[in-house]
Amino acid sequence: MTALSIRHLTKTYKNGVQALRDISLDVHKGDFFALLGPNGAGKSTTIGIVSSLVNKSGGEVTIFGHSLDSARELAKKKVGVVPQEFNFNQFEKVFDIVVTQAGFYGIPAGPAKVAAEKYLRRLGLWEKRDNQARELSGGMKRRLMIARALVHEPELLILDEPTAGVDIELRRSMWEFLTELNRQGKTIILTTHYLEEAESLCRHIAIIDHGTIVENTDMKSLLEKLQVETFILDLAGAVSAAPVLNGFTVRLRDARTLEVDVPKSEPLNDVFTQLASQDIAVMSMRNKANRLEELFLRLVERNLDSEVPA
Amino acid sequence: MSLREQWVAFLTILVKEIRRFTRIWPQTLLPPAITMTLYFVIFGNLIGSRIGDMGGFDYMQYIVPGLIMMSVIQNSYGNVVSSFFSTKFQHSIEEMLVSPMSPVVILGGYIAGGIARGLAVGAIVTVLALFFTDLSLVHAGVTLLVVVLTAMLFSLAGFINAVFARNFDDISIIPTFVLTPLTYLGGVFYSIELLPEFWRGVTLLNPVVYMVNSFRYGILGVSDVNVGLSLLAIFGFTVVLFLVALGLLRRGTGIRH
Ligand SMILES: Nc1ncnc2c1ncn2[C@@H]1O[C@H](COP(=O)(O)OP(=O)(O)O)[C@@H](O)[C@H]1O
Ligand SMILES: [Mg+2]
Repeated sequence: MTALSIRHLTKTYKNGVQALRDISLDVHKGDFFALLGPNGAGKSTTIGIVSSLVNKSGGEVTIFGHSLDSARELAKKKVGVVPQEFNFNQFEKVFDIVVTQAGFYGIPAGPAKVAAEKYLRRLGLWEKRDNQARELSGGMKRRLMIARALVHEPELLILDEPTAGVDIELRRSMWEFLTELNRQGKTIILTTHYLEEAESLCRHIAIIDHGTIVENTDMKSLLEKLQVETFILDLAGAVSAAPVLNGFTVRLRDARTLEVDVPKSEPLNDVFTQLASQDIAVMSMRNKANRLEELFLRLVERNLDSEVPA
Repeated sequence: MSLREQWVAFLTILVKEIRRFTRIWPQTLLPPAITMTLYFVIFGNLIGSRIGDMGGFDYMQYIVPGLIMMSVIQNSYGNVVSSFFSTKFQHSIEEMLVSPMSPVVILGGYIAGGIARGLAVGAIVTVLALFFTDLSLVHAGVTLLVVVLTAMLFSLAGFINAVFARNFDDISIIPTFVLTPLTYLGGVFYSIELLPEFWRGVTLLNPVVYMVNSFRYGILGVSDVNVGLSLLAIFGFTVVLFLVALGLLRRGTGIRH
């Protein structure tokens, strides 16, 4: 069963910014899915469309088989969203915010209060239930939004940068909470610009940049891919087939050009030793431009800039 | 959503709205009580005693229905415009947009909240008026109908104002420059029979005249205008504004990118 299916989604904002250029992806029921990308990549826009806060320009979104175009109400009941920015009334009480949200889903006050208590307790906010939202710390506000998103028991929980600005310790406890929810069967999607976060939580990952999906794979393959560097070798003479090198994948681009995948753990010397033993001479060599690699460099630089001291 | 769920959602908004205006009662319920008491003291007692009869009633009695109506208009409008605008401003409107509530329920909830505030203030002002004068209730049905319809009409107007508002100035412009003149010139303080021919014609273009007079008819039994036609016109305006507001909400004007 597909929890979320996105097909050819596009979004152009009124000011002409093309935030999404034909995005397609599937998230399966029970998955823990990361949408990773630098600032301005289109993560929040995607989530905004899925949660009915942003109107799409084109394409289709289906949630547990319910299309947002033809069965929006059913689709909406299946989703809980934790947005990137705080979006509750700062003057309302914590308990009221969560109970009111349940009411918006048609849940009567009695069961709404039970559900609100359950999630406020699980998120460590029960003692704060009578406080106004503005009196909470940043981390507590974020947890309040998580409780609010869960109060109608959605099957799919979407979190937009849930740990941005949250200190390390709280981040860990939030990770544990999300892992526990996922184990209990909820499908979870989170956006982040920390690879580390995606790595320690998620099974599948899509990488988005400039409004397009650059990569959509399972976490393990992605990490393997990142561990490999590809070089292009120009040869002195023509060869008829790609030479077989022990420990490296080699592809023939044309008779005089090879592409070699080199794991970062292996010395480059091995490549040349093996080629030399097969009488193949290399005239020049360059690094193959790798979009993923470049993207990660940018992500890492950005994270260094914006790392919050714990 | 089932009908029952929609009803729960509607009540959720209504209760939230009532809780809001009662929580901030010094800003919502107290000011009209003070202002209207001052009107009663100054216009009713001090000046009114020198004015003599108006439309067959002493001046105090004559202006009470208009002043009640004025409070209802200002407060139903004010409630919805400021509540819905601050919901937009704080982005908590997103709590409703992500939910499966239909636009009719959202609009209905806010309008019901505006009516609740209008009626609450109307009741407070009525009780205060009873300290100064005796009031009868000649046509209870008309009184109730006209006050509810008027509160609904101005709640809708406040909602539309909030949809288009981009900052706090935008929610005070209409009340200051449109609502206040219309109510003060809407036959609250005088019978339009006193006006010269030309100004009477101009005044008849003011919708508030019909509301104030229909309400006065309900309480005192006198009106400057035809009450049946007035009710019909108010009802017609209400339907039009309801459709406009619903259309705006459906399209997400001012609230969805
Ligand atoms: N309301 C908006 N109006 C105009 N442009 C927007 C709006 N929201 C986002 N954008 C633009 O769309 C692009 C994608 O933004 P966003 O989805 O917020 O990215 P991310 O969440 O990945 O940081 C950015 O270029 C951003 O400036
Ligand atoms: Mg974002």
